[in-house]
Amino acid sequence: MRRLVSDTLVIAERNLVRLPRAPELLIAFTVQPIMFVLLFRYVFGGAIKVPNGSYADFLIPGIVVQNIAFGGFVTAIGLNEDVHKGLIDRFRSLPMARPAVLAGRTLADIVTNFLSVIVLVVTGLIIGFSFHTSVLDAIVGVALLLLFGYAFSWVFAFVGLLTSSPESANSVAFIAVFPLTFISSAFVPVSSMPSVLRAFAKVNPFTITVDAVRHLWIGYPAAGNNIWGAAVWSVVIMAVFAPLAVARYRRMAARGG
Amino acid sequence: MVGPVSADSLGTDVAISVHGMTKSFGDVHALAGVDLAVATGTVLGLLGPNGAGKTTLVRILTTLLKPDAGSATVAGFDVVREATVLRERIGLAGQYAAVDENLTGLENLTMVGRLYGMPRHVAKARGKELLERFDLVDAAGRVMKTYSGGMRRRLDLAAALVAKPPVLFLDEPTTGLDPRSRLSLWEVIEGLVSEGTTVLLTTQYLDEADRLADTIAVIDHGKVIAEGTSDELKDRVGGERLEVRLDEGSDPAIALEALAPMSDEPPQIEDGLVKLSVRHRSGTIVEAVHRLSEAGVGVDDLALRRPTLDDVFLGLTGHVAEERADDEAQADSVAA
Repeated sequence: MRRLVSDTLVIAERNLVRLPRAPELLIAFTVQPIMFVLLFRYVFGGAIKVPNGSYADFLIPGIVVQNIAFGGFVTAIGLNEDVHKGLIDRFRSLPMARPAVLAGRTLADIVTNFLSVIVLVVTGLIIGFSFHTSVLDAIVGVALLLLFGYAFSWVFAFVGLLTSSPESANSVAFIAVFPLTFISSAFVPVSSMPSVLRAFAKVNPFTITVDAVRHLWIGYPAAGNNIWGAAVWSVVIMAVFAPLAVARYRRMAARGG
Repeated sequence: MVGPVSADSLGTDVAISVHGMTKSFGDVHALAGVDLAVATGTVLGLLGPNGAGKTTLVRILTTLLKPDAGSATVAGFDVVREATVLRERIGLAGQYAAVDENLTGLENLTMVGRLYGMPRHVAKARGKELLERFDLVDAAGRVMKTYSGGMRRRLDLAAALVAKPPVLFLDEPTTGLDPRSRLSLWEVIEGLVSEGTTVLLTTQYLDEADRLADTIAVIDHGKVIAEGTSDELKDRVGGERLEVRLDEGSDPAIALEALAPMSDEPPQIEDGLVKLSVRHRSGTIVEAVHRLSEAGVGVDDLALRRPTLDDVFLGLTGHVAEERADDEAQADSVAA
């Protein structure tokens, strides 16, 4: 167990150290979400009517949730590269704790996700977003976001191990997750959607998580018990995808990569 | 240059032993019953074309793959049942084992050291020591993607040596390298062997096996089809060969008749070159010149040569080693 923890930390550190050296990933983390905030706030924002408060207040929790779900992209691409460049073989030939490769990878995502939350919130504050709740609520909101992001890291870990190249990992993840984030309350009120989409959007974990964060950050009325709902969704996603990713990793080991 | 070592002088201490190993990937029988033994402190060259099963065998011996049947021990540990302990005693480098391109050389080695369970400062010190040894000190702080192919292979090898493993697996360590980098890597490997490391080396380069390996196992279609020292294998395809190029206008028939008593087999003529395998090396040239001049045949050029491992490979498998490499490469990548 001690080995698992220390090996996980070594792998997490490795993934964090290399991040600033891959400029394209750094851009994905910083410039891209900022661009999204600006586009939505200033291009679409004027046309989107939200129930109460400003669109900036409405938008930031939505975009933060979307962005944190995509934080796991780095895991998909990174794991895929490790497999195809043979680094996984090196790890497997070492006397290290085997789960550490995936655990360290996803742990590193928590750190980068946290950084991207900060980047987005600061950007939000500049364009007119403000917290309407207590510091504790805001912190619980961040914790909920990190949990949600961690769950999606496992989704992306699975995708990264399943696909044949970093490029296809990228596009599979994008095609699977991107529409989910839009058919939700992230950018527009669900009530503005046609009925079929609305029915889907209402049960979409993105909607539930976005509403929970809105509640915790701007005091938006929570529909039902969204905070617990969001936490449960995260745990369920993790409970499904973490074993899938681990099984896939094991199977690759047996097959020989 | 490691001299030929006869089976007797190897002693009885076995570092790697493989019995009846099989492994299939679907319909592809990558290993079809392999038996091997490598004495401690020696180099076994596993020679064969791509797709012959070399990489599969290395992956099983380094615990990356489980065999379908058969057993193997490395450094005294079973590769399946005692895989965890074994991993502390082996190093793997070569075409597949790799390094993180976005880390520096030192960061890579430190990471590997820590994953062997070393404290950070110990791992770092060991990394520095290896960088010095592999002549990479100047590049220690540079990210790996700026390294040349040769530097990368050296760092890869250094990473395999972090824990000072007694047994080292090198899977085609010089494939794709330029001649100078190959030579420098060969020298490093020879240095390791002189310190007592046991090495299993796979290669499709015959000159590499010839230079580095104490014993060579030729593998084809998942089976060891010949095993022995480089000299023993060469002897199997015939001893010394005498090649004589005649003066223009000389009658080959007379030359063949004159030389026939020197060989157990009838001499042959190929592209104007008279070839015969002879029993001994010493005195052969003098005798051949004498016989030919007595028969009145003019000689343009005359040479005595040992068969190369290429001849060996051709003789054993019926095909040339490197020619087959391309079409089998695909099968291998599927299997691997």
